[in-house]
Amino acid sequence: MQDKTLFRIMQDRFFKLVVMLLAFLSTLPLLWILFYIFKNGISVINWRFLVNLPKPVGEISGGISNAIVGTSILVLISCIVSIPVGIASGIYLSEHRKSRLSYFVRLSVEVLQGVPSIVIGIIAYLWIVKPVGSFSALAGGIALGIMMLPVIVRSTEETLKLIPYYLKEASLALGVPYYKTILKVILPTGLSGILTGVLLGIARIAGETAPLLFTAFGSPFMNVNILKPVNSLPLLIFNYAMSPYADWQKIAWGASVVLVVMVLFLNLIAKMVAKKWKTIS
Amino acid sequence: MKKDSLKSEIAFQKTIYFSGVVILLLLLGIFFTLLFSSLPSIKAFGLKFLTGREWDPVSGNFAALPFLAGTLLTSFLALVISIPFSLSIALLLGEYSKGGAISSFLTGMVELLAGIPSVIYGFWGLFILVPVIRFIELKLGLVPYGVGIFTASLILSVMIIPYSASLGKEVINLVPRELKEAAYSLGGTKFEVIKRVILPYARSGIFAGILLSLGRALGETMAVTMVIGNSHFLPTSIFSPSNTMASVIANEFTEAVDTLYLSSLIEIGLLLFLITTIVNIAGRYIINKVSVEVR
Amino acid sequence: MENHILKIENLSAYFGKNRILKDINLRISREKVTAVMGPSGCGKTTLIRCINRMHELVPEAKVSGKIFLYEENIYDLHPIILRRKIGMVFQKPNPFPTMSIYDNVIAGYKLNGIKISRSEQDKIVEESLKKAALWEEVKDGLYRTGTFLSGGQQQRLCIARALAMNPEIILLDEPTSALDPKATQRIEELIVELKKTVTIILVTHNIAQAARVSDFTAFLYLGELVEYGHTEKLFTVPEDKRTEEYLTGKFG
Repeated sequence: MQDKTLFRIMQDRFFKLVVMLLAFLSTLPLLWILFYIFKNGISVINWRFLVNLPKPVGEISGGISNAIVGTSILVLISCIVSIPVGIASGIYLSEHRKSRLSYFVRLSVEVLQGVPSIVIGIIAYLWIVKPVGSFSALAGGIALGIMMLPVIVRSTEETLKLIPYYLKEASLALGVPYYKTILKVILPTGLSGILTGVLLGIARIAGETAPLLFTAFGSPFMNVNILKPVNSLPLLIFNYAMSPYADWQKIAWGASVVLVVMVLFLNLIAKMVAKKWKTIS
Repeated sequence: MKKDSLKSEIAFQKTIYFSGVVILLLLLGIFFTLLFSSLPSIKAFGLKFLTGREWDPVSGNFAALPFLAGTLLTSFLALVISIPFSLSIALLLGEYSKGGAISSFLTGMVELLAGIPSVIYGFWGLFILVPVIRFIELKLGLVPYGVGIFTASLILSVMIIPYSASLGKEVINLVPRELKEAAYSLGGTKFEVIKRVILPYARSGIFAGILLSLGRALGETMAVTMVIGNSHFLPTSIFSPSNTMASVIANEFTEAVDTLYLSSLIEIGLLLFLITTIVNIAGRYIINKVSVEVR
Repeated sequence: MENHILKIENLSAYFGKNRILKDINLRISREKVTAVMGPSGCGKTTLIRCINRMHELVPEAKVSGKIFLYEENIYDLHPIILRRKIGMVFQKPNPFPTMSIYDNVIAGYKLNGIKISRSEQDKIVEESLKKAALWEEVKDGLYRTGTFLSGGQQQRLCIARALAMNPEIILLDEPTSALDPKATQRIEELIVELKKTVTIILVTHNIAQAARVSDFTAFLYLGELVEYGHTEKLFTVPEDKRTEEYLTGKFG
């Protein structure tokens, strides 16, 4: 009996060790990736890299300014497309929790969230690129907007659900109409929660490549016309990484650093906003 | 005045109602657009699209079996590789170190891992993992492609760990404290409590988590596209170069000029949409059921 | 000298910086029922959770002092051995929902990886269920999960589960607080019956329950042991003013 106990204690310790080991092993790729892109990318980054346009192979001092501008345009379009609808349906879901429509909307949101990004790309191609007859920033922005939509709906719904009911009652009791209560009392109270969702949504789409392959398409030029193809950071990384030229790959590493820093920064801000929201409510 | 406010009230209600409807229509729109655009291919190949092995843009014969096989193999392999790791993270965060420095470090790491864009995973895989795998393949006496199903699965497994670990933690946290305490009070070690009480209790939740992670893996595009080797043939081993449904679309969509070719790619998109949707709905359904039962 | 099974010496317990128990000294008599009572938050649950070292499971929980089971300091034993000798029944009935009634009773053996023959298992299950006065009610459905049972039955199943390990002591942490009066009565009868073979420490906030079933009573207030003695004496001529006030319902 005593021996068995010793065995069990050792077994318990061994298991704990294995769990710790595996858990920490899984963080290794992350450290490896971060280390590697910074090692290769940081040396490329300087002011000219950020403001210059890409140059043909062989010419030095090519930059990624068009990709940075392109990503900004795409993010802007997707925000315009998704934020109003997302917040409005979030309000609907939190106000009509049990209605038949909200059941189906909730289901749709869940399904939309799981739709592979490449499929969204196909859709934006069929809906925008094909009728318009050209790859465009608009198509890319809409594709990204569709991807961002579920994140915004969910965060709006979850946030609004957490707002205490008495707040609404207090406002209604003062004779404030229902829609004003929602817009002037409930929404502002949940603003930082919704903002967190928007930021997380942007962080999610800023790094997306697949839906842009045949929508925004990519371009070596600076372009601000939303009906023309634009470049984006992830697209540029993809195209340059897959190219056989060491110079271009170097630029891809630099662009990776910029993209990762951007995405992580967005996540960080989202986290800070979320923390603030928690302390308020 | 009164009338104005009533009007606004109605306008507001209509706005939020139609926003909800828009989302519903969006999903239906996606489905029917895919369906109608796939019709030429569906008419031309019927069920043979799923069972045929030939994907030949030159002769105009299209069948998706190699990509179905490539997708399933890559995703399952990625799941198998990732499960021990994500379960360990879930157990560590849910059982071993609730709060405290270790868990906040790990949580932060996992969140970072989730935040890295897919294309960067692919880039890293192309430059680090592919040479490593090529070296291993040489040692094993295989054709040293470097790229292929195994490489794609490795990257995919790293990418789904954050997602499945956070689902796992959620599910493990649902196990009531009273049950764990009962097991400890009978003299169980932590390992025994995990094995006999926590895991059996969390079983269906863990299964749902695996399904949802599978849903993620099936649709992942960029990283896989960059390292899978882009082959049109049915894979013969886990080291074969292959293509997944997502990667073949990513690689060939802009080249597909004639209607049938494009329609076949869109049909692959439709299949991918259906499979991931079914897997996700099933996973969500189980998770919701489990959480309701606990409450 | 009385027959003591458990000696608690200078026991203090903490959650972080909060001192929950302050220098408790207590001797528990063998094969008797000792009730620990006091208003909620007085540390009575913490006290019994120290006895089987469940208190330590909570992060930031600390203990100082000694507890002797017979002559052995329990803090020198490994918790998994100790907990086999000291069983526990909780406030809320907590049978394992993934196991059948049968498996619930021998859960301790399964958890501890003790291999016993099928006939021995059958014997343990039957005996434990009989001791817990549940056998007649469940003998035809032993392989069903315990979740269909009533609250009182579930609690008796948990008692059977603790008894199956043949513990020296059973700790009952307000075992009837989640039950109706009828089920409570059955559990109380069971407690009186059980003390023939096992030592029982019963935490309760129900003064009447302590009076009905216990031989000794300890009264805890704000983490201090205010008074301890024969139940009859403590209830009729309490020495401390606070005990008297508590018994007469002036606080708590």
